[in-house]
Amino acid sequence: MTTAVHQTGFGSAALDVERIKCDFPILDQKIHGKKLVYLDNAATSQKPRAVIDAIVRYYEHDNANIHRGVHTLSVRATEAHDEARETVRRFIQAADAGEIIFVRGATEAVNLVAQTYGRANVGEGDEVLITAMEHHSNIVPWQMLCEEKGARLVVAPINDTGELDLDAFEKLLSSRTRIVAVAHVSNALGTVNPVRKIVQLAHAHDVPVLVDGAQAVPHLPVDVQALGCDFYAFSGHKVYGPTGIGVLYGKEEILAEMPPYQGGGDMISSVTFEKTTYNVVPYKFEAGTPDIAGAIGLGAALDYISRLGMDRIAAHEHDLLVYATEQVGAIPGVRLIGTASERAGVLSFVMEGVHPHDLGTILDRDGIAIRTGHHCAQPVMERFGIPATARASFAVYNTRQDVDALIEGIRKAHEVFA
Amino acid sequence: MTDDLGDLYQEVILEHSKAPRNFKRLESANRHADGYNPLCGDRCSVFIDYEGEAIKEIGFQGSGCAISRASASMMTQMMKGKTREEALKLFEQFHSLVTGKEDVAVNAVDLGKLKVFAGVSKFPARVKCATLAWHTLQSALEGKQEAVSTE
Repeated sequence: MTTAVHQTGFGSAALDVERIKCDFPILDQKIHGKKLVYLDNAATSQKPRAVIDAIVRYYEHDNANIHRGVHTLSVRATEAHDEARETVRRFIQAADAGEIIFVRGATEAVNLVAQTYGRANVGEGDEVLITAMEHHSNIVPWQMLCEEKGARLVVAPINDTGELDLDAFEKLLSSRTRIVAVAHVSNALGTVNPVRKIVQLAHAHDVPVLVDGAQAVPHLPVDVQALGCDFYAFSGHKVYGPTGIGVLYGKEEILAEMPPYQGGGDMISSVTFEKTTYNVVPYKFEAGTPDIAGAIGLGAALDYISRLGMDRIAAHEHDLLVYATEQVGAIPGVRLIGTASERAGVLSFVMEGVHPHDLGTILDRDGIAIRTGHHCAQPVMERFGIPATARASFAVYNTRQDVDALIEGIRKAHEVFA
Repeated sequence: MTDDLGDLYQEVILEHSKAPRNFKRLESANRHADGYNPLCGDRCSVFIDYEGEAIKEIGFQGSGCAISRASASMMTQMMKGKTREEALKLFEQFHSLVTGKEDVAVNAVDLGKLKVFAGVSKFPARVKCATLAWHTLQSALEGKQEAVSTE
């Protein structure tokens, strides 16, 4: 079988993946006596030594609170935190570092927009437009908003391959639509959405667009200005950074108009009991002492993959996904879930006679980590009429040998249940 | 298969998962409950015809992994004729068995064939698969209206 997977510009030289593997200390271990094969990267990626070291170095040498002290450590911590923000800006090609808001993760980023922009701009009878392939984190915050405001959550359908029905999407844009929220890459299906096109359609109706980039940022070069989106959300831990840190990008003119999210320190200019004046963006949205070490760790992660080159990472993962799609798809009884023409990072499948959960257990005993379940995308499972899938998801350190181990494990499971 | 896997997927478990017994919606049921494992999406419905002081007839339906299907199937086989108290006591023993509690050996005589599920204790992530049907049974016996969850 053939498959066309999302393509980006190919780098000049291939990656030395065996060497890259050595950068990730956790991969050098055995699980149940077998070499660890980590294929659950869409859930969370492993961390390179550079990230672990940056966090340790920060706590051993620079730890202090930011924006507060005149002492040397506070200055160092503030500079390191600012530098991390600038690294993020550069990585997603934002125009200004003030457009980068640090949050806990993509989930908090979506909630922030729903609770600030959403509450200020969505009213009774209005509509929020999402797609049928969203992760729960890009459904529930909008549902909560719609419930509070008496607004309607409208869902654009997907076809049998897992692609967004763009015509239907366009027809669902109405004079009542106040915001569009859409995944860049589906976590359950791997579908890469035509975000530029979606943004053009929405903007033609004067509707802003939030893009959930949690599954895109680790796999594709992202340029928020080229995409033209108004908001872009992603999590640090899925892109080789630590947990507990994530990013909300927002266009400056929109952020400036938005009410603050949480109240507290750092988000204010001045406070009296009568009146508080809020700080400028991005600080207006960053109440309290932030995850300083997390931001620094994320900066180190983005530096690390920038050195490898996002184009080369995308090309390597494309090769793996094509190989895995062919090999796994050829196993008798396997049905691939999500066969969009453009995919990234994820191979989702079900097997006749073997429940994903049983497959996951059998693979684990061979040291192979995959995700099994509904992937926090129950509506997607419902769309395909299945309760769960098995999902192998790739990262820069995965090899064809990892895919071969997966296939061997699948065959073994097939034998157990034959 | 490694030894642990062999302990988990014993022949009798595989056999029950492929051809579950009492896999039916019971028309005569006067007690019924739905169970759900939100982590993996497994679903289980238990139907009981409770007459006098005992389970006269029992059936189950649902979708799930081999462990949850086999556990439900073998549970229904053991339940016919049991009183509510006997059924709940057996659940307690079964729960101890699959979570690897030491005291099970003492009472294991009641568990009979269900002892094949002892291998589950080496797979903590699978305990909820093995107990979903039992939680649902308990809910049905207690006449709860809301769907029971393993969480």
